[in-house]
Amino acid sequence: MADEAAPVLDVRGLTTVFHTRQGEIHAVNAVSFALKRGEVLGVVGESGSGKSVTMMSLVGLLPTPPAEVRAGQVMLGTRDLLQMSAKDLSDVRGAKVGFVFQDPMTSLNPVFTVENQICEPLTRHMGLSKAQARARSVELLELVGIPDAAKRVKYYPHQFSGGMRQRVMIAIALACEPDLLIADEPTTALDVTIQAQIIELMKDLQKKLGMAIIWITHDMGVIAGIADRVMVMYGGQVVEHAPVDQIFHSPQHPYTRALLRTIPTITGKREARLSVIEGQPPIMAQAPKACPFGARCAHHFARCDAENPQRRPLDCLPLGQGHDVACHWSAEVGYA
Amino acid sequence: MRDASAPDLVQVDGLKMYFPVYSGVLRRHSGDIKAVDDVSFTIRAGETLGLVGESGCGKSTLGRAMLRLYDPTAGRVVIDGEDIARLSPEALRKKRPTMQMVFQDPQASLNPRMSLSSIIGEPLVEHTALTTAQRQDRIYELMDQVGLNRRFANRFPHEFSGGQRQRIGIARALALNPKFIVCDEPIAALDVSIQAQVVNLLEDLQDKLGLTYLFISHDLSMVRHIADRVAVMYLGRIVELSPRDDLYARPLHPYAEALLSAVNEPNPERARTRSRILLKGDLPSPANPPKGCNFCTRCPKVFDRCLTEKPALVQVEPGRKVACHLFQTLKPTAGSTGGFHTQDDFQQGVTL
Repeated sequence: MADEAAPVLDVRGLTTVFHTRQGEIHAVNAVSFALKRGEVLGVVGESGSGKSVTMMSLVGLLPTPPAEVRAGQVMLGTRDLLQMSAKDLSDVRGAKVGFVFQDPMTSLNPVFTVENQICEPLTRHMGLSKAQARARSVELLELVGIPDAAKRVKYYPHQFSGGMRQRVMIAIALACEPDLLIADEPTTALDVTIQAQIIELMKDLQKKLGMAIIWITHDMGVIAGIADRVMVMYGGQVVEHAPVDQIFHSPQHPYTRALLRTIPTITGKREARLSVIEGQPPIMAQAPKACPFGARCAHHFARCDAENPQRRPLDCLPLGQGHDVACHWSAEVGYA
Repeated sequence: MRDASAPDLVQVDGLKMYFPVYSGVLRRHSGDIKAVDDVSFTIRAGETLGLVGESGCGKSTLGRAMLRLYDPTAGRVVIDGEDIARLSPEALRKKRPTMQMVFQDPQASLNPRMSLSSIIGEPLVEHTALTTAQRQDRIYELMDQVGLNRRFANRFPHEFSGGQRQRIGIARALALNPKFIVCDEPIAALDVSIQAQVVNLLEDLQDKLGLTYLFISHDLSMVRHIADRVAVMYLGRIVELSPRDDLYARPLHPYAEALLSAVNEPNPERARTRSRILLKGDLPSPANPPKGCNFCTRCPKVFDRCLTEKPALVQVEPGRKVACHLFQTLKPTAGSTGGFHTQDDFQQGVTL
């Protein structure tokens, strides 16, 4: 067993650009974070903030070209994923790192049975025989709470409902007992009651199996329910990073604050009017020289245009373990 | 505005929308998908009625049938004094300016080959006798109202962001001065920070123009913000219809209760301490709904009567209607309560 305190995943300075006909798009800009065993890191941001691209860059899931992972280090245990050959990387994907994507219908293969698809990683990575893999696939379906698993394992994806399909995806992702599970908006396509089922299931499985989870979402409510730490992304960079309670109770970045204020709730006081963040998210057509949120920020001042703020710890913990924020205004003035 | 004594602008009475299923070699009519099954409610002038439910519960179909984008199977839809479910095509066309719709996906509901001014101007060409200059003025006026810069008038939909496209859709809906607008998930395709902008715009327009909305959404927290009363739908039927504050403070129907408890709240402490009601299983098929209450297959409080008898939507507290046997000690018979809300109360009838 590895050292409990050592991170499962340690990402430093990850930078990804896309080459397009209109020039480069800087989708991910010097993103750093680390994850310990059994920890859930919530990644929030709007569409285009770079949260999915970050996670796909980690394990080489982006087509290159147009994408290019330009800089950075991604340590999974003791190995740097960015330095690995394509073949080695495909041994890591599915075995050490599992994935659950947003839309289970498009990520499952419609012409194979569910059994077939769960067995694939088991025979490919774990070296199980076909019979062993079949037996294990029934166990896995039971683990994710699919009733009548022995029969349903022979079904095709279209014979399951959306929530059940997402359970199948989770079963496939967990098949090889990965150290890290990347869940990219796993509940966004589902209805609220089904969403609740899947979230409870993931919490439960995490307690049982103890893997680290990166949970990407744009829903602050989901984050509050599941994450230990939260990373807020905007314009391809990390603007704030903190334990979940601090993100909700003392957000320091103006974007995080604004984001939390725009969400209405079902309990508590009902605001007469929603507060809004004016303007549009930026398109990162060049390497950022200014704060990406500057144009929409209420506290915008001269320095924000002159220099892109760096992440700055707010407590005495090292960067990425406590609460840190990338904002000039918060450094110079800050919320009372 | 939002005045309890305002007259009803919209009255829906026993509305049914069935889609036939044909099967076998001869394509015989073998059943129906009961997307909307005997629904009745009213919307007061200037009010926003929220309509919530999960996908497949029939909320969008209801919205569309109410504007007769589908021809309803049965029932009446009275909008501003006329039953539009029975109007002739020519009369319906004349009626169209009163009732408009804002669609979910602004990308799909705007013609990519039309410029912004021709999109917003099209209803004016169809329904009014304005001159070109007058029309252009009206288009500019509408663009100002929804917060679009006049310089954009000759641009095409792909040049706009999602939030701006939704503003175009709203401007088009407003072009003919409608009284009633069905907003079918107008914010579902937008980012959170943009959602708030669009919702505020809808509220401002309502205050300024005295609009009446049916706001269809699956986002319960946004509905709490915008709606005055909320109808909760499950499998083609309304299970609870309550004033907003009552519903969110104390949902009565077990489904409404489960739905609210499933909402993820942006508050980590509450998320840790509260207990959710987790519903088992999935929505049954609307082609073959359960024999008794539609919710009986998933209801945590199910008992014998639920399995055999469909509960009617009856008033259980002032202003609150629920379709659940838990709240109906006496089997309702038409006319038993007398008074003004009889017809409404037994809208869903008891079908055995």
